[in-house]
Amino acid sequence: MSERDASKEASQSFRVPGMGSIDTTRTITFTFDGRIYEGHPGDTLASALLANGVRLVGRSFKYHRPRGILSAGSEEPNALVELRTGNRREPNTKATTVELYDGLEASSQNRWPSLAFDVLSINQLAGSVLSAGFYYKTFMWPAAFWEKLYEPVIRRAAGLGRAASEADPDSYDKVTAHCDVLVIGGGPAGLAAALSAASAGARVIIADENPELGGRCLAEKRTIDEMPSAVWAKHAQEKLRSTNEVRVLTRTTVFGVYDGRTYGALERVSDHLPVPPQHQPRQRLWRIIAKRVVLASGATERPMVFGENDRPGVMLAGAVRTYINRFGVVPGRHAAVFANNDDAITTIADIQRAGAEVVAYVDSRKELSPAVLAVLSEAGVDAILGGHVESTTGTRHITGATVRTADGEIRNLPCDLIAMSGGWNPNLQLATHLNARPHWNETIAAFVPSALPPGMAVAGAANGLLTLAEALASGAQLGIEAAHEAGRPAVEARSYSTTPEASSIAPLWRVPETKGKAFVDFQHDVTTDDVVLAHREGFAAVEHLKRYTTLGMGTDQGKTSNVNALAIMAALTESTIPAVGTTTARPPYTPVAIGALGGAHRGRDFKPERLPPSYKWAREQGAVFTQAGLWLRPQYFPRPGERDWQETVFREVDTTRNAVGICDVSTLGKIDVQGRDAIKFLESIYINNWGSLAVGRARYGVMLREDGMVLDDGTTARLGEHHFLMTTTTGNAAKVLQHLEFCRQCLWPDLDVQLAPVTDQWAQFSMAGPKSRDLLRKIVDSEFDISDAAFPYMAAGEVAICGGLKARLFRLSFSGERAYEIAVPSRYGDALIRRLMTATEEFDGTAYGTEAMGVMRIEKGHLGAAEMNGTTTAYDLGLGRMMSDRKDFIGRTLGSRSGLMDPDRPRLVGLRPINPKHKISAGAHLLPQKAHRTAANDEGHVTSAAFSPILGHTIALGLLKRGPERVGEIVGVCDPVRGRDILAKVVSPEFFDPSGEKLRG
Amino acid sequence: MTTNDRYSIFSILRQAWRGNTGWKPVWRDVAPKPAYDVVIVGGGGHGLATAYYLASQYGRRRIAVVEKGWIGSGNVGRNTTIIRSNYLLPGNVPFYELSMKLWEGLEQDINYNAMVSQRGVLNLYHSDAQRDAYARRGNAMRLHGVDAELLDAAKVRRLVPFLDFENARFPIRGGLLQRRGGTVRHDAVAWGYARAADRLGVDIIQNCEVIGIRVDGGRAMGLDTSRGYIGARQIGVSVAGSSSRVAAMAGLRLPIESHVLQAFVSEAVKPFVGGVVTFGAGHFYISQSDKGGLVFGGDIDGYNSYAQRGNLPVMEDVCEGGMALMPRLGRVRMLRQWGGLVDMSMDGSPIIDRTPVEGLYLNAGWCYGGFKATPAAGLCFAHLLSCDEPHDVARGYRLDRFATGHAIDEKGMGPYPNLH
Ligand SMILES: Cc1cc2nc3c(=O)[nH]c(=O)nc-3n(C[C@H](O)[C@H](O)[C@H](O)COP(=O)(O)OP(=O)(O)OC[C@H]3O[C@@H](n4cnc5c(N)ncnc54)[C@H](O)[C@@H]3O)c2cc1C
Repeated sequence: MSERDASKEASQSFRVPGMGSIDTTRTITFTFDGRIYEGHPGDTLASALLANGVRLVGRSFKYHRPRGILSAGSEEPNALVELRTGNRREPNTKATTVELYDGLEASSQNRWPSLAFDVLSINQLAGSVLSAGFYYKTFMWPAAFWEKLYEPVIRRAAGLGRAASEADPDSYDKVTAHCDVLVIGGGPAGLAAALSAASAGARVIIADENPELGGRCLAEKRTIDEMPSAVWAKHAQEKLRSTNEVRVLTRTTVFGVYDGRTYGALERVSDHLPVPPQHQPRQRLWRIIAKRVVLASGATERPMVFGENDRPGVMLAGAVRTYINRFGVVPGRHAAVFANNDDAITTIADIQRAGAEVVAYVDSRKELSPAVLAVLSEAGVDAILGGHVESTTGTRHITGATVRTADGEIRNLPCDLIAMSGGWNPNLQLATHLNARPHWNETIAAFVPSALPPGMAVAGAANGLLTLAEALASGAQLGIEAAHEAGRPAVEARSYSTTPEASSIAPLWRVPETKGKAFVDFQHDVTTDDVVLAHREGFAAVEHLKRYTTLGMGTDQGKTSNVNALAIMAALTESTIPAVGTTTARPPYTPVAIGALGGAHRGRDFKPERLPPSYKWAREQGAVFTQAGLWLRPQYFPRPGERDWQETVFREVDTTRNAVGICDVSTLGKIDVQGRDAIKFLESIYINNWGSLAVGRARYGVMLREDGMVLDDGTTARLGEHHFLMTTTTGNAAKVLQHLEFCRQCLWPDLDVQLAPVTDQWAQFSMAGPKSRDLLRKIVDSEFDISDAAFPYMAAGEVAICGGLKARLFRLSFSGERAYEIAVPSRYGDALIRRLMTATEEFDGTAYGTEAMGVMRIEKGHLGAAEMNGTTTAYDLGLGRMMSDRKDFIGRTLGSRSGLMDPDRPRLVGLRPINPKHKISAGAHLLPQKAHRTAANDEGHVTSAAFSPILGHTIALGLLKRGPERVGEIVGVCDPVRGRDILAKVVSPEFFDPSGEKLRG
Repeated sequence: MTTNDRYSIFSILRQAWRGNTGWKPVWRDVAPKPAYDVVIVGGGGHGLATAYYLASQYGRRRIAVVEKGWIGSGNVGRNTTIIRSNYLLPGNVPFYELSMKLWEGLEQDINYNAMVSQRGVLNLYHSDAQRDAYARRGNAMRLHGVDAELLDAAKVRRLVPFLDFENARFPIRGGLLQRRGGTVRHDAVAWGYARAADRLGVDIIQNCEVIGIRVDGGRAMGLDTSRGYIGARQIGVSVAGSSSRVAAMAGLRLPIESHVLQAFVSEAVKPFVGGVVTFGAGHFYISQSDKGGLVFGGDIDGYNSYAQRGNLPVMEDVCEGGMALMPRLGRVRMLRQWGGLVDMSMDGSPIIDRTPVEGLYLNAGWCYGGFKATPAAGLCFAHLLSCDEPHDVARGYRLDRFATGHAIDEKGMGPYPNLH
């Protein structure tokens, strides 16, 4: 017999044949901490572990106490595992929510060296030192030790599981859906609501976090309309699935409520499989916009707070029933049941039916109703009324319960399972996401929703209606109402028949006398003593209590702990529970994978790539690209034999200055401005005058923000009487359009002017250099006169090229050379760049990229983003004289505030190193030559810098205090982060052709 | 007046031995008296720090802090806990550096461990232009005597190997590092200042909402509160996201808009993110707490709001940034999402100043970055309240700077609060 078979022999000894609703005919295998086990399809990892008698599943956060399985759902605080391996490792995964698949691998976490023997469990011995708030009082001496010693030790022990160390290999989808009625939760209330909304013809979405609808119908032995509740749920689910306009989303958790009736939901598409099937995402994020919502999210059972209540084997009573009735697994052979309410009574019969023994029923209430007493006597169990479980025995698993009876007698009951119930808390989290406060209901001793998000109604247990009959009735009624409010016809709610059930409760928030630690929050090891200490130190308000003790901050979000803690605090402060605070929740309802929220936007797809029209051609040339916002622009075009980028850029500059260079400038923003008031509009936008601009001419313009700072610059051409084409810088295209639209729509709605962004519609190439007109002549059809007389500097007009293709021609220059820009519809861009490059061969021309463009614009002293940085005025940038004093324009008034007129402001200058071998870098600061290198002497900074091949040294632009007055002065260029400190001479920002001769030709 | 023992190793062991039964309230929960010399409105980090420094540095007495809810329930307990002094402009650097120095000595000063942890703040850059902008900033810091290092891609990789260097849409070219930056346990800042102020006799009055400011002849006289009238010779308003609403009670309209800023924390995982990392090509920053939770955030929601809750699109945007920068986060789960009200000013910088109403002082406009300022804001506000003139490092934070054109606009975004 192989090892594997050997371990199989004892396998699934806690499975009860004939019970449960999962398919036991098929067997699948999985591993936990490297050991192989068997389970069945339909199992959760938790039910399969319990079936195999595995009780110790994890370790707690602070004390590393042994922990087992507390619940059967997403409220689980203890049974957290690392699921899967490698780059699919999922830390902190609740074993109670993991669907078993063949080959599943899981391991325990936060323990060392092993789960059974964990060194850090010695923390328990220091328990009274490590009490709540301990950190705040210590680790202060000496100060420097925090980062060096204390914190590293704390961090080593921190965290639960380990995140994967490689990129997540799976993909995620996003969907937006609209519906009339969203039903959250597929238990009896949700099913009834969805059925009745659907019967009214509403478009319904019903979502449930489980693999199938049914909720507690699957976990309890009840009847609905004479059918076992699980069968009824199955029928209901089938009915919904086959109804038009109803969408059933299983494995889907509605995790958040947002403004505008928007609901966030996460569908776990492939988590129940080893890996997602081809073309399927792992998970899908739903944004559901719902007219009406029925919240039917059920309730969560509260643990009892007694000594050593955290040992494996102590389980919520409802979970015990789930394991028996749904999974056919009995979590122990000798069980004690400990409760304060009637609901737990049914646990006794379920355990007995599963062939296990109920050693005692302990109820903290002295008196029970006759009906309940009858059930107890029929079951024949030892009922200890008015008694408490005070403590448990055992190490890694309970071996017994210590019970104090009503008359003070102590009894030690040997048992391997304690099923406990402290009552039920409605799952009202979603009702509070928009900040509504819940209301305390004395009858059920729990909070229920009160004020609700717009459009939401709450059905069933989520609204404190804890019996099956109430759940069905409220669901059916609210489903009808929701459909009607969403505009569907009013129909009658149907009714359902069920068997009666008892549901009274007398809360017991903590067992009065306990031995050992009594846990309130299991995951974070918050005990009653911690709550007492928080009270003693003044942290009695719920928000203080939570933050001071970390209560409810774990991955279970306090689902099983918050109300117990509030109640204990209320008793300490001798006030009511709502006076201590309420439990409002923040999204998400259960934790959501970051990958699902990120969706497809990762790696290369993080943001769209904008490709200029010549992209394909440039790629073929082996161009090196750079990011300009979302654009990918050629940075330079290396040629074989060139040693480095510098050599390439020198060649591109040199060729452009001496022959001709071609550059794709399609990325510059282009805005089409039309209308009878277009001129008026431009006059108000730009600081300079536009009235005199003739049709067929272009002009350089500068616009300010409202606060007087330069927003952008560019040329605008007049294409017709009422037709202009504005260009913006690449980076500001969207911002300028937004600004113009704001002005047009909000400031001057009565102007007749329309705007259209046309950046993507045109492919535009600049041809710069002395040979540019000759080149142009090769492609512009011969009937167009482009002589300097007919087409002078700053001319603009329509031409035809390449034998009839309509194009726009502009005579503009960014580089300081004679230059033209030609624009054709984008779809011709690729053809045109090829044609241009062929034509340019004869002139030994070149294509150039952003790097050469940068060099040439700095040589010319033209402004870039580093100069127009949002804190410079027109005056600062040497454009003061452009400002018209004959008109008003945006930014004029605020631009004349005293602070902006201060002559001490840094203003634009050129800089050139004293030693031509020295390099100046943008970002360096400017100080008086001999001044001490401190902030008090800081007088400005270098905005842009480049090596000028023509001049043979670095040139730079900078903003210097009183700059233009200081031309000729030597200043210090101080760059401590790059370890440089050199001297430079202040010069005019125009390094090249200051008179503009080359420009005009 | 002392309500609590000094914390020391001995007091902890002594208390542990006695089952922790001897600890006293960290601060007294007191009822308001009829009048005080100074009333600070707002029991956030700034308000409590102000009260502490008023008493400890300026020898003031008869001080109260009034808080509408529980102290620390505002932004001081909602922020992502980052501290840094990596500012650019001369109006800001000395102020934030003073704050950093105060953080460095805070625990000894107030005898409370706020876990000031200088594990570094790294801002990534992805282009030459961003690099140059960071160089400018780093140089400004260095000239002010603040630590700053400009790293290239290789150095960044050594520091934070877990980022996406291979497949990134915006490859990482380097970063600006301030090693002295880091994080502080935010709640502990509120509690620690409260405790220290309380020991000096400051009354901390919780559940006391200011509902009116009584002004007589241009002078503030006192406050109407949900717990009755409280007379005050001086009133210091320090209510962060509620600044415009409280100032309106004295007839003032502030150059401030309130916006929602969200933050997120993941389930606790074994620590692998050492310091703070900010993504230069998306709206995302991240650090990891001493409990193991990844704490992250991004941009503000972008519209004016007084609702303390965030919306889905920004949360998706932030997680997109997270996945682009750290694709290994895919299977880590986000545990909680929340929103805080941030008081966005017109230039992104704060206001610590007198107001046109005599006796009424204002500390506001902290935007999304006032946590790191807590000690210095407290000290400078206390200085203003006591000396009636601004502290040296806070001279630029004037209320009238928008009228005179002396905005302190770090990002160059202009008078658009939602863009800072
Ligand atoms: C999500 C988020 C993340 C952030 N991250 C960072 C970060 O990483 N680093 C950083 O430096 N900054 C950060 N900030 C900003 C920082 O939190 C705030 O700027 C700072 O906390 C504000 O000062 P405070 O602590 O005094 O404010 P708060 O704590 O908000 O204090 C103001 C107090 O005034 C009270 N109040 C309001 N109205 C009244 C009234 N009428 N009467 C009485 N009391 C009143 C409020 O209840 C509140 O307690 C972040 C902010 C948010 C929201």
